[in-house]
Amino acid sequence: MLNRLANPGSFMRWSGPAMVPLALVTAATLAIGLYLALVVAPPDYQQGETVRIMFVHVPSAWLALFFYMVMAVAALGSLVWRHPMADVSQKAAAPIGAAFALVCLVTGSLWGKPMWGTYWVWDARLTSMLVLFLMYCGVIALWRTIDDPARAARAVSILTLVGVVNIPIIKFSVDWWFTLHQGASVLRLGGPSIHSSILVPLLVMALAATLLGTTLHLLGMRTEVLRRRVRRLELLRAERLEAPSEPVRPSARSEVSA
Amino acid sequence: MRAFLALLRRDLVLAARIGGSGGLGLVFFLMIVAVIPFALGPDLNLLSRIGPAILWIAALLSTLVGLDRLFQADEEDGSLDLLRLSGTPLEILVLAKATAHWLTTGLPLAVASPLFGLLLALEPAAMATSLVSLLVGTPALSFLGAIGAALTASLRRGGLILAILVLPFAIPVLIFGVAASDPAAEARAQALLFLGALTLIAGVVGTLAAAAALRSRE
Repeated sequence: MLNRLANPGSFMRWSGPAMVPLALVTAATLAIGLYLALVVAPPDYQQGETVRIMFVHVPSAWLALFFYMVMAVAALGSLVWRHPMADVSQKAAAPIGAAFALVCLVTGSLWGKPMWGTYWVWDARLTSMLVLFLMYCGVIALWRTIDDPARAARAVSILTLVGVVNIPIIKFSVDWWFTLHQGASVLRLGGPSIHSSILVPLLVMALAATLLGTTLHLLGMRTEVLRRRVRRLELLRAERLEAPSEPVRPSARSEVSA
Repeated sequence: MRAFLALLRRDLVLAARIGGSGGLGLVFFLMIVAVIPFALGPDLNLLSRIGPAILWIAALLSTLVGLDRLFQADEEDGSLDLLRLSGTPLEILVLAKATAHWLTTGLPLAVASPLFGLLLALEPAAMATSLVSLLVGTPALSFLGAIGAALTASLRRGGLILAILVLPFAIPVLIFGVAASDPAAEARAQALLFLGALTLIAGVVGTLAAAAALRSRE
């Protein structure tokens, strides 16, 4: 089943028709979520209307972490099975995860200005998210520097997996660093419990963000498959131009072929 | 073991005869330590307070400089392929090269750090703790750097991307290194232990990941 879904040719066949319904469901969920978050949810008694930033902020943070995990699982697929679709999935996930991390940082700092009086504090959570964003940047940069897609995929897989080992260490050390340097004086969200009037819109928004991420991921994967086909055709054409007398043999072992 | 020692000696001899690491790394370290007071102003109190942090930043940067050549030179002249064919595990190669890298950059920096601490008006106690923390922590930088060096070995201009890849992983080392350098901090011993743990983890992860990265080039 998974094998059939992950074959590049059949992936293109099933994902194409799936895009429009998926996009519609995403748009509907996002509309409901935004309506609940921006209109229905009550303003916080302390934070006022600014609490609504949370409905974008928190799902972005979750999705930023989620897409790193997607990359890590795909990285295993790339290294262990050398599956071209794992490479494609990895490559498509990186910019989406980076975008969610950036949205989380930007909304966080916009929220921080009215709440904490500053756009940025070196709080442990903010710093960890910034480091995650930097790691996404490194992954994207490595994808762009190695032009052979299969080699790039293996190099990025190793980097991603080293990152998975290191993320808990970084998280822990940043927490340690923060508590060492200053007391818990910074206002933190997350009191004893979240009331359901806030929790329901938050969960709907999280669902919407997950759907949005999935849609973008599938779309990115489709684009990447097409890009590889174009690359393959260009390589074949160049080969043909170079040696017109010799028959052209499809030789590149790792390209995605339809 | 013999292969390890032979590789280690080869790299040390290369570093000593060609230059570019070792002595120059030390000069670069001195440069950073000398440049920072120009930016901050010659306030000795301030400098002695942030001195360990300056030493650590300088150590981090000098480790990065020249790291892109760690495997690249061998990749270009083909000796990396010969080493792969020789049947010696690539992990041994990475271990030897990272150790040689530390012996020619991290170790001289750590040993010279009390001298540079004088420029930053460090207290003798802070000098000692900085020396110890640099000795314990800089191997982690070399091993983490080896991952980046192996990933970018075949790239023509790998220096910048290497720094981008490696620096996030070096954050924990920096945190615990600076914390272990502060003689007044009550958590100093704890930080030093964590720093040692990080070095050991980096030794294992760095060796395995860099060897895998070298293998993945084919």
